[in-house]
Amino acid sequence: MFRRTTWLTLYLLLAMVVLARPAYAMHIAEGFLPFSWAAFWFIVVLPFWFWGLRSIQRTVKSNPSLKMLLGLAGAYTFVLSALKIPSVSGSCSHPTGVGLGAVLFGPAAMSILGGIVLLFQALLLAHGGLSTLGANTFSMAVVGPFVAYGLYHLVRRLGGSLAVAVFLAATLGDLMTYVTTSLQLALAFPAPAGGVAASMLKFMGIFAVTQLPLAISEGILTVIVFNLLAAYNKNELVELSILPGKTVVGESRGQQ
Amino acid sequence: MSTTQKNFLLFLMVILLAVVPFFLHRGAEFAGADDRAAEAITQIRPDYHPWFKPVWEPPSGEVETFLFAAQAAIGSGIVCYFLGYSKGKKQREQK
Repeated sequence: MFRRTTWLTLYLLLAMVVLARPAYAMHIAEGFLPFSWAAFWFIVVLPFWFWGLRSIQRTVKSNPSLKMLLGLAGAYTFVLSALKIPSVSGSCSHPTGVGLGAVLFGPAAMSILGGIVLLFQALLLAHGGLSTLGANTFSMAVVGPFVAYGLYHLVRRLGGSLAVAVFLAATLGDLMTYVTTSLQLALAFPAPAGGVAASMLKFMGIFAVTQLPLAISEGILTVIVFNLLAAYNKNELVELSILPGKTVVGESRGQQ
Repeated sequence: MSTTQKNFLLFLMVILLAVVPFFLHRGAEFAGADDRAAEAITQIRPDYHPWFKPVWEPPSGEVETFLFAAQAAIGSGIVCYFLGYSKGKKQREQK
């Protein structure tokens, strides 16, 4: 498994050298979505925020010992989205870090945690924006986590190992965030010739190359964190039904 | 392979992924990708102007760097605290 991943990484790196072109951002900058589109994405995201709040409340209420782990998932997103990593295309972008929390707590919780990170970056770093917060939350904190969560469970059901499932979930969750951002920009700015599809190809083709190695990095980092959690936090992972078995210390609480 | 060895190798791969680009593109700017999206939009719709300005912008590149570093430091502080706490707790339980 390990050797195969290494070769795959090398192969992808080589492929990307050949394809390398400059890249775009992951967040839509302040004011760069027409008002109606900005409002539309806020409306789309609202139910997910409500759902996320309820989901977090339920998790914490049923099991206060998971509070710290929730903090870890939030902090992980905080770290990863602060790292602007150089990519093979000759520009920089950053990972999202939402895959970890999505696998642990389900996708809804991440709409809140990811939203908080995006709000912080919009207010203090002029990165992303308040007007585009809805759209950026939808791509990074809704689509990304849902893809990660779905993929994790699919791979597990097909008999894949925990590491493979987590790697694919985090990597593709990251990539799909960027695909969503492209789609949002393409919908708002269809090309005069070729419409939405042409714009989509333009936005996608350009930053897919930048994001691919970063997505792989995010996948690997998330596997590292999971390895550590499996070593030291077996109880919590058992309670979240990530690992099979019974909780060892203290009384085991029932699953919801 | 132990978990630590595995993690070390995985971490090396991440470092490689981040360092290799410098050797591939010796002349590249490595600019942030943020402003380029705006350029593309202007290409597609030359008449579009942003209707909303950032509430506050870091006054200089240094301040921005500081804030990004602070974000990473706060986050990694919490992550590492949690992992260290968990490790210590587990070791005490095993005694």
